[in-house]
Amino acid sequence: MASEGGATGYIVHHLTPLSVGEGFWKLHLDTLFFSVFLGGLFILFFKSVAERATSGVPGLAQNIAEMLVEFVDTQVKDSFHGRSALIAPLALTIFCWVFLWNAMDMLPVDLLPMIGSLMGMEYMRVVPSTDLNGTFALSISVFFLIFFYSIKVKGLAGFAHEMTCTPFGPKMMPFNLLLKTVEELAKPISLGLRLFGNLYAGELVFILIALLPPIVQPLLGFPWAVFHILVITLQAFIFMVLTIVYLSLACEDH
Amino acid sequence: MSINATLIGQMITFTLLVWFTMKYVWPPIIAALEERKTKIAEGLAAAEKGQEEIRLAEKKAKSVLKEAKEQSAEIVSAAQKRANQLVEEAKEQAKKEGERLLEAAKAQIEQEMLHAKESLRKEVSSLALRAAEQILKEEIDKAKHQDIISKAAEQLG
Repeated sequence: MASEGGATGYIVHHLTPLSVGEGFWKLHLDTLFFSVFLGGLFILFFKSVAERATSGVPGLAQNIAEMLVEFVDTQVKDSFHGRSALIAPLALTIFCWVFLWNAMDMLPVDLLPMIGSLMGMEYMRVVPSTDLNGTFALSISVFFLIFFYSIKVKGLAGFAHEMTCTPFGPKMMPFNLLLKTVEELAKPISLGLRLFGNLYAGELVFILIALLPPIVQPLLGFPWAVFHILVITLQAFIFMVLTIVYLSLACEDH
Repeated sequence: MSINATLIGQMITFTLLVWFTMKYVWPPIIAALEERKTKIAEGLAAAEKGQEEIRLAEKKAKSVLKEAKEQSAEIVSAAQKRANQLVEEAKEQAKKEGERLLEAAKAQIEQEMLHAKESLRKEVSSLALRAAEQILKEEIDKAKHQDIISKAAEQLG
């Protein structure tokens, strides 16, 4: 499927998003479409289960949903010691949504772009988590929540005190502020970059495998896909757990 | 690879998703889970209670059975005792009756004997009188010698 420009052209083509607009107001339509679509799948599934949720014998769908809910609930209860109506649903949404994003990676790299090109779309990048905008949207939202909860639990003064007077006491105030700012900023950046990096690299390897001769492709593609079952789940899990941990830290009063 | 307005769109989507999950998805599922938990706990408790009740009933049945056995044994032994008593009584009565009959028979025999003796004496005395009459014929006055005759008759007795 190597088009004009050889291997490099093929790779670049695959990693270019379908976009409209220019400069900052450029919108990646594929990222937006697939993430909304997958979010819709997630919502539809869970909403239909929630509507029919019974305390009697659960069906298959309810079993799956309950497994996920209990799994997330356990993680939240293990790490987050406050009471909040937001954390657990937030964690569930993050886990399922990121997992669905990542799962797009398992589709053959050429399948959806080919269908897209038949429909007249020149570019298509199907995995929303290979778009920095996607992963940073999540991590920055989480950052805002950390900020919000820190102030809500500790109060504005308490938060200011923590930013300026820890870890080295009031005498080192500027240094403390710098250190804490870096620490707080590192959270969303590392969160977003970790997910992006893993999935981007994974997708890149799939594209490289797709460039190999057809005989060799399954030999490499199959193990990599199997390995990726682990990676996509793990990355979704890590994103969720770190979100819970960060928020639990934000809610902790010293 | 640039950061652009897609970020804002994604953040809005994310916020909506979290809001929806928080409002419509999480509470019913957690409620169902909690309810099932209670139901299971209740069921387990009921099962335990039932088992306890069975144990108690078994115990009670055993004690009732034991009591009934004891009672029946008591009844049988009482009946046996009564039967023995009846037999003893009957034996006693029979013995007494036998003795009484024997006594009566003896008394009758005695009486018969006395009667016979009396009548024999009378017979003998009258016989002797007649014989003496025959021998003495006119010599003896019946009225004169009445004393002697009766004395003799007495001696014959």
